[in-house]
Amino acid sequence: MTIKLRYFAWVRERVGKAEEDVEVPAGIATVGELMTWLASRGEEYAHAFDNPKVIRAAIDKTHVKPQSPIGTASEIAFFPPMTGG
Amino acid sequence: MITTIRIQREPFDAATEAKKLSAKRTDVGALVTFTGICRGNEGAEPIAALTLEHYPGMAEAEIERHVTEAIERWPLLGVTVIHRHGRIVPGEDIMMVATASSHREAAFAAAEFLMDYLKTRAPFWKQVEKADGKIWVEAKATDDVAAGRWAAPDKKHQAAE
Repeated sequence: MTIKLRYFAWVRERVGKAEEDVEVPAGIATVGELMTWLASRGEEYAHAFDNPKVIRAAIDKTHVKPQSPIGTASEIAFFPPMTGG
Repeated sequence: MITTIRIQREPFDAATEAKKLSAKRTDVGALVTFTGICRGNEGAEPIAALTLEHYPGMAEAEIERHVTEAIERWPLLGVTVIHRHGRIVPGEDIMMVATASSHREAAFAAAEFLMDYLKTRAPFWKQVEKADGKIWVEAKATDDVAAGRWAAPDKKHQAAE
């Protein structure tokens, strides 16, 4: 399953790109599992996802939790806690 | 009901925007405006500017969700939310929330509710330019607490996360 991943703020800086299309291996069912898998993809990903507890995620532009199923997501975003306002 | 949600790079005029909510009508008895302004310091250190990154599409959608909730919870006559992105220098306005109602209670409460949720749920990230480099602003736990107090009892667990 190909999913568009988007990264924002320091997650984007650490990964070194704003977005990419990724072929997610079968067996990865949740957002948390996806983060664990991403962390294994190389040094920059390991650095970005070394503390998944502080990273927030959104599926198709809606906030989700680590235990949320990926389901039929077309876009998943990872970012630090928000600091707007 | 007048609802305006804008995400933009350009400056805005908060007074002009707020006035639109009470123009040409006589049922508005209360208008609350909050304007967030770029400070010249972050902590004890001076900053040259801040840059706001956002998630286009989701920022609008998330603000809209909370504006809809505010309209459901309070008897509002108008809501305006404008949030800038890009580079902003100290003294410039970053964002505004304006709420109009017949009476002040609803206008005050809805404006505060929207601000508390925008801080913790709208996908914006601030980076400040200090003398020794650019630093991402860290989220404050007190902002989560502020947002949590608006949750209905059955939603409290969700909001606290």
